[in-house]
Amino acid sequence: MNAIDQTNINKIIKFKKNLTKNILEMALNAGANSSHFGGALSIADIISTLFAYKMKFEKNNPKSENRDRFILSKGHACLAYYAALCEIGFIKKDDLKTFEENDSNLLGHPVRNMELGIEFSNGSLGMGLSLAIGVALALKKKKKKNNIFVIMGDGECNEGSVWEALMAAPNFNLGNITLIIDKNNFQQTGNNKSIMDLGNLKNKVESFGWNTTEIDGHNINKIYDYFKNIDNNNKPNALIANTIKGKGFSFSENNNSWHHSILTKDLYDKALSEMK
Amino acid sequence: MKIEEKNIKIWSVIGSRATFGIAALEIAKKNENLITITCDVSTSAGLDRYRKMLPDQYLDVGIAEQNMIGVAAGLASENFDVITTTFAPFQTMRCCEQIKVNIGYMKQNICMVGLASGLVLGPLGYTHCCIEDVGVLRNIPGLTIISPADSLETVKALFAAVNSRKPTYIRLTGSSNNPIVYKKDYEFKIGNAITLNEGKDITIFSSGAMVYQCLEVAKLIEKENLSCKVVNMHTIKPLDLKSIDLACKESKLIVTVEEHNIIGGLGSAIAEHKASIKNSPEMLILGIKDAYGKSGSYNFLKEKHRLTPSLIVQDILKIFH
Repeated sequence: MNAIDQTNINKIIKFKKNLTKNILEMALNAGANSSHFGGALSIADIISTLFAYKMKFEKNNPKSENRDRFILSKGHACLAYYAALCEIGFIKKDDLKTFEENDSNLLGHPVRNMELGIEFSNGSLGMGLSLAIGVALALKKKKKKNNIFVIMGDGECNEGSVWEALMAAPNFNLGNITLIIDKNNFQQTGNNKSIMDLGNLKNKVESFGWNTTEIDGHNINKIYDYFKNIDNNNKPNALIANTIKGKGFSFSENNNSWHHSILTKDLYDKALSEMK
Repeated sequence: MKIEEKNIKIWSVIGSRATFGIAALEIAKKNENLITITCDVSTSAGLDRYRKMLPDQYLDVGIAEQNMIGVAAGLASENFDVITTTFAPFQTMRCCEQIKVNIGYMKQNICMVGLASGLVLGPLGYTHCCIEDVGVLRNIPGLTIISPADSLETVKALFAAVNSRKPTYIRLTGSSNNPIVYKKDYEFKIGNAITLNEGKDITIFSSGAMVYQCLEVAKLIEKENLSCKVVNMHTIKPLDLKSIDLACKESKLIVTVEEHNIIGGLGSAIAEHKASIKNSPEMLILGIKDAYGKSGSYNFLKEKHRLTPSLIVQDILKIFH
């Protein structure tokens, strides 16, 4: 690893720390509304690597034609999305406090708002990859080299529309798409295996014609290496990221009651102390 | 596109679906920003020539309607004009939630065209007939719904919808040898109903292929010494409310005729507005009476559901006398 890599990784680590603090604050502010805490934390390392290092965007211009596009297909993990958009300056820190409040722009599932850098409305599962295909085709027609990154959940893969889109992206040679499947092995009411066994997800996606890689979704060195080396050629890229739902805190890791739950002040303080 | 007598006759012979294909090609030739997406139905949509001539502006996503709407929304978000099309049940209900989220909630500019809606695919059964599309889509805020009366109006509606750059559903009804309502060019404006026949006793509102039937109704009912106004309510959403207000003032009876379930369609939409008008006249809603039946030819089904001119007249007279 050279000095540039080390600098990039340090940047990602710092970004992730701030992102996590933002997530904690929003979850605390949400109070009795609860928030989708576990699924936001499982993508924290991935989304940090994307926003702190990989994705191109223009400061102060969320609509720049030269930006890479990001789609949070698992819309319920929006705590991580809003936190990342705050870190890059598209959402004001004060506005994070309006999460799920009356009349807020920051709902419990993202609502398209280009001023804030929110590309699409998501929340109903299984729709993000189809959007990515449309955007990818559009960018190719415009002869733009930008990338499209999609984060999807493993539970989300129960939706049939996911497989329609998985079939279509390689068919149209959309190498400008990178799909990250957040494989935290849980969905709303239990573990994937007990509800709908996905079997060998990597083989399934690969058999649909994707360049597929499987890594530890919390190892920043490995995530960094992956994004540093992905191609934008003719074949779409899929990353199966093995993650831990609720990652980072003793009370929430692999504890599915944190799928959607209330972060009390005590737990918030506990989380902050565990971050040190 | 040249709107002249010869073309109007040809479009009537080939029907609304094939006419749509010709119109889409003409729009795409002049607008390289337009992309048409289908689900393995290029032939049924009259798009085979388009597909050959403009392969870069044509996209087939296979038999995957949910994906079609998502892909369309992705393209629209990058400022492409998008037409999507497949048979009406699959264009509207198979991907209904994608329509809600991507086209309604996100307001992406997509023009959806539902092929062979209504009863025309009768021999194929009610998987392919479509009597629910207007009712289902009318519930999605922000969507314009147009049901053209004949092939010429199909052309005019498609041009208007693409130019409007607003989320729109165009419902195509009728068969080949689609009767001609408009013999020459006319002014078509989304949301403006068109009076085709004047009359003071009864106002009939209709849309789609039923409009021609209603013009026949007006002729037949004259023999009963009744005069009948016929309004082509080509835009079902947003409704031309003034035309309903006027009918409430002038007529003794309001009739709606549609190739759709009597729940949720044109009749329901008009009744919703009429309910707020004091002392408004009685209303008769004609259409398919909330039931799936046995299948049969288009003409057989129109008879069965009492949607032929003579049966419509009978139903009107039952109320009027």
